[in-house]
Amino acid sequence: MSIEVRNIRKAFGNFVALDDVSLEFPSGELVALLGPSGCGKTTLLRIVAGLEYADGGQVLLEGEDASAIHVRERQVGFVFQHYALFRHMSVFENVAFGLRVKPRKLRPAEAEIRRKVHELLELVQLDYLADRYPSQLSGGQRQRIALARALAVEPRVLLLDEPFGALDAKVRKELRRWLRRLHDELHITSIFVTHDQEEALEVADRVVLMNHGKVEQVATPRELVERPGTAFVEEFLDLDDHGPEWLLKAKLARRDNRHPAAGPKLAAA
Amino acid sequence: MSAAAAGALHAPLRTRHDHQASPATREARWVRITLLTVSLGFFALFLLLPLVAVFAEALRKGWGVYFAALVEPDALSAIKLTLFAAAVSVPLNLLFGISAAWAIAKFQFPGKQFLITLIDLPFSVSPVVAGLVYVLVFGTQGWLGPWLQEHDLRIVFAVPGIVLATVFVTFPFVARELIPLMEAQGREEEEAAIVLGATGWQAFWRVTLPNVKWGLLYGVILCNARAMGEFGAVSVVSGHIRGMTNTLPLHVEILYNEYNFAAAFAVASLLALLALVTLALKTWVELKSGEHAS
Repeated sequence: MSIEVRNIRKAFGNFVALDDVSLEFPSGELVALLGPSGCGKTTLLRIVAGLEYADGGQVLLEGEDASAIHVRERQVGFVFQHYALFRHMSVFENVAFGLRVKPRKLRPAEAEIRRKVHELLELVQLDYLADRYPSQLSGGQRQRIALARALAVEPRVLLLDEPFGALDAKVRKELRRWLRRLHDELHITSIFVTHDQEEALEVADRVVLMNHGKVEQVATPRELVERPGTAFVEEFLDLDDHGPEWLLKAKLARRDNRHPAAGPKLAAA
Repeated sequence: MSAAAAGALHAPLRTRHDHQASPATREARWVRITLLTVSLGFFALFLLLPLVAVFAEALRKGWGVYFAALVEPDALSAIKLTLFAAAVSVPLNLLFGISAAWAIAKFQFPGKQFLITLIDLPFSVSPVVAGLVYVLVFGTQGWLGPWLQEHDLRIVFAVPGIVLATVFVTFPFVARELIPLMEAQGREEEEAAIVLGATGWQAFWRVTLPNVKWGLLYGVILCNARAMGEFGAVSVVSGHIRGMTNTLPLHVEILYNEYNFAAAFAVASLLALLALVTLALKTWVELKSGEHAS
């Protein structure tokens, strides 16, 4: 499903978090919202989800104005920065939550819930952890469970807030490649927020670079590196120090050499 | 009172740091022995001895006298009234505590700081004052006195007054226990629940409440202990009518003033038992919630 935001404005007191932001997120793409902390990227993500209200402007989901649609009915999958897993529930119950709270008429039968949860746990390759509690998992495992939980309700869009921010460097690299492969299989329109340019350039189809509540540039990773639109872009991507050659070789080459089918299997959700 | 209040204000600490193991914090042998002797001696003199004395005095004239003191009609009615006051005030304060803690921890609104201060009022004011306030408002000479008399309603020197006073003094226990807990847990889990399609009601029952259940139980246990043990405020509004408006603590006082020591201590031993049961429950809850947290 395509997402569009038009003239979004949001201020917290005197602080302008988003200043007239208009963007389009085409269907099926994986887009990174990149920028330094305080640039408004997380706020924009929360506004798209419906967790935050904009002071002005519109959010359009599939061309339809979503401003009046409650978070509950927006059918978005949201992965929180610190995962926000339900700490008193087992991994299985965490993933099943979205199915169990459906209105009685729409709620799947218990057997169907079990089947679906196990399918999702297999998708994130953690089926063997079904009976554990969040506190018993590593950061990377929590992250993947949070993703499985978000996917359980068959969201029309997937929103991830700093999905790898709280992980150590090695796990982070593994997980972001894994996320890319997962997206290639599922093709859900996805937006993820990050302050790490390497992450954005390696994973995303398209990068939205933001600064001080405004969009600096929207481009594919290659375009962004080869033709930075503003001085800020150049500076933020560190092009001075390494030069575009370095970035292209180190990051883009890695994407192109990806093994396309190494990820877990599942029919597109 | 202040000990119980302090207990409610601080969430149980569970640091399992072994100071002895680290050479940086290890103390000399004589320091350890002195500290241990002082604290254990203090404990024995001021806590253990009185507890033993209560049971020893209660049983001095034998089990027959002991049980007779507990089953005589005035004692039974005091037990009933105490149970009744607790049965009303604990659920009321449970409800109030949850809603106040929920509002304070999860939302921003004007007057929030004032509400937090207000919740602590029953801890900071002397129970006697609390009782007097009710007499002032609901008594015959009080503000609402004439109106109440017209409608033939008795609050002070009757059961409703006792319940009101008990509700007042046990007001903060549940809320105080939950506020720091809920604040520490933040709003993310509820947000996650809502995004996944839960209604506010579902998010509360399935996420918020289970997350604080041990803290809640802890607050309820302390609240109940205080409700049954309260003396000061209840004493002022009760009027001490035997068989009518006497709670267990008041009954103990009356028996004691009549030099009926065996009976006084027999009834007092019930309250002491209640304290022991409370402590055991409290420890169990701490253990349980500790298990859950790790």
